[in-house]
Amino acid sequence: MATSAAKLLPKEEYILPGTRSCAACGLMLTYRHALKALNPGKTIVAVPASCMTVLHGVYPVTPVKTICINNPFGATGAAASGIAAGLKALGHDDYTVLAFAGDGGTYDIGIQALSGALERGTNFLYICYDNEGYMNTGTQRSSASPAGAITSTTPVLSKLQHKKNMIGIIEAHRIPYIATASPSFPLDLFDKVKTARDTLGSRYMEIHAPCPPGWGFPNKDLIKMGKLAVDSGIHVLFEIKEGFFQLTSRSLNLAEKGKRKPVADYVKGQTRFKKINQQQVEALQDFVDKRWNEFLERHQKNS
Amino acid sequence: MSDVRIITANTAAALAAKLCRVQVISAYPITPQTPVTEELAELVETKQLNAEYLTVESEHSAMASVIAASQVGARVFTASSANGLLYMHEMLHWAAGSRTPVVMACVNRGVGAPWTILNDQQDSISQRDTGWIQLYCGNSQEVIDSIIQAYRIAEQLNIPVMVCYDGFILSHTTTPVDIPPQELVDQYLPPRPPVFGIAEYSAMNVNPLILSDPRPDPDGNMAPGYMDIRYRLQQDLIAGLDIIEKADKEFSKLFGRTCGGLVWNYKMKDATHAMVSFGSLASECTLAADLLRQKGLKVGVIGVRSYRPFPKAGLLNELKRVETVTVLEKDVSYGYEGALAMDLKSALYDSGHHPKFSSYVVGLGGRDVLPKTLADETYKAITGEISHAWIDIKSQ
Repeated sequence: MATSAAKLLPKEEYILPGTRSCAACGLMLTYRHALKALNPGKTIVAVPASCMTVLHGVYPVTPVKTICINNPFGATGAAASGIAAGLKALGHDDYTVLAFAGDGGTYDIGIQALSGALERGTNFLYICYDNEGYMNTGTQRSSASPAGAITSTTPVLSKLQHKKNMIGIIEAHRIPYIATASPSFPLDLFDKVKTARDTLGSRYMEIHAPCPPGWGFPNKDLIKMGKLAVDSGIHVLFEIKEGFFQLTSRSLNLAEKGKRKPVADYVKGQTRFKKINQQQVEALQDFVDKRWNEFLERHQKNS
Repeated sequence: MSDVRIITANTAAALAAKLCRVQVISAYPITPQTPVTEELAELVETKQLNAEYLTVESEHSAMASVIAASQVGARVFTASSANGLLYMHEMLHWAAGSRTPVVMACVNRGVGAPWTILNDQQDSISQRDTGWIQLYCGNSQEVIDSIIQAYRIAEQLNIPVMVCYDGFILSHTTTPVDIPPQELVDQYLPPRPPVFGIAEYSAMNVNPLILSDPRPDPDGNMAPGYMDIRYRLQQDLIAGLDIIEKADKEFSKLFGRTCGGLVWNYKMKDATHAMVSFGSLASECTLAADLLRQKGLKVGVIGVRSYRPFPKAGLLNELKRVETVTVLEKDVSYGYEGALAMDLKSALYDSGHHPKFSSYVVGLGGRDVLPKTLADETYKAITGEISHAWIDIKSQ
């Protein structure tokens, strides 16, 4: 049963006030709702060098009520595999092994270890929080950055390539559960993490995490920007259970009766797109349309 | 009753891991380490060894996964060689920094480029400064015995241990090895003590971001800064000198044989000339020393078993009466000399005893080293000019 109202979410907070994350951090909100869906007392989370490291606090204090094992940037999939193997060998079968990495740690440097972990059928949940660049090191380009975005390593021309199709790569591993989510749709996010928690085998989630300082929009627009991303089809909400594709939440509504907003509406509120020209907007729209149609076709085939 | 089998050092390493009842193995194949991983896989698949076996997609992941498994409390094992070991480099630092008692067999092989699959010790020597304990084995018996000792040392200090042995020369050569009985190994090596708090509800942030200076914890107690934590690693490695020696002594009480502790010696009692080396090359030096003794020179051999921590006191004690020192090693710090030669010279400088000191780089990439060659070069070092050279260069 889908969670129907925010008041039905667990009341307990696992991230205490006073984290070192930026104000209006999309990752913070993502992690907050994800932890509510897990059992943080019986969860061990593997974290690479990232904004998550900062969020988890500077020694000897941590604002997060769970067990976090930090690991080097490219090692998350392998570290999670080791945690899972160690727990299994010691007979601690009641833990959820969670890997929580950014897009750089997933799409780029961590892809090999992640692919290995998925191929081995490691019993764990991997959540990629996608803030579309190396935000912790100062907004450098990643292969998840959208075309047309100015980053600190695409400072003049903007990024020339579209976002990598990571979901396609993950799906090629034929794992039992894949889902996307957004902290702007917390009930959908919560339900999916719960489903992922209760699924056996390798599970992968990709959560779009808007980043006010990295993308250049006011803090107050965090939720709005996440919603605009979904409303425009820049980010699409779905789950793939054993290969069975279904749109969910707002993306499902858009498929059934709504009308997607143009990507122009999405890009205009962010300074990272300040140099985007008409041609690039059209190219981005075309990229989004094609992907949306592919998703829609898969969804309709299954409904 | 002893159980002597004719086996390779690789089989000895796999059997040692089994005898130590390792719980998680993770490895990636590389020549000449491969038989270790294959034999362990078979032991796990046939349920002769109750362990999780991760067939990872790289050495970086092999080390990352054994570190993580060790952090949740498992006894872990891996093995590698050459470029595989180098691919682990970041994780080797992480293993020591995170104070995980990982034990690894390093089957020494030359490093590319150009490719060689044959033996030298450039691979492990180039990982010298990662904070690991490095033990070098002179024969296959020492391989099985040292891996068993390594777990005791690692779990006592919470410092990872690399047990190094020469590719092909030992790894693929069968010799008689006395297999320690399981009951005695169990007596020597109890199960790993449970790891702090992992199995109970608590907030924990393992290996987090840390600042340079101490900071208070929520109770107001000061917690160390980065440099303080690193200083503890250094202090514990130095304290490891005693632990390594004791581990070998305790071992010899139960099993009736020793690996030599920190340094072993051969005919050093009356020696005025010392050959110093490690690994199987040190074993070979004993044959060269015998050849030199036939010429009337009082030559002995010192085998460095523990390269890190560096057994400075033990070495100086062995060398205090010698007139010449000749170091022979299968590694080099490019642009200068062999690593052991440099370390030993610095130790002698501090002691004030300055024997005539020569050093040679030999046998890189599997170039054959004959005892006679070692004897001839050492003879020149004893009777002639001080020399720091590469032996047996055939094409210039």
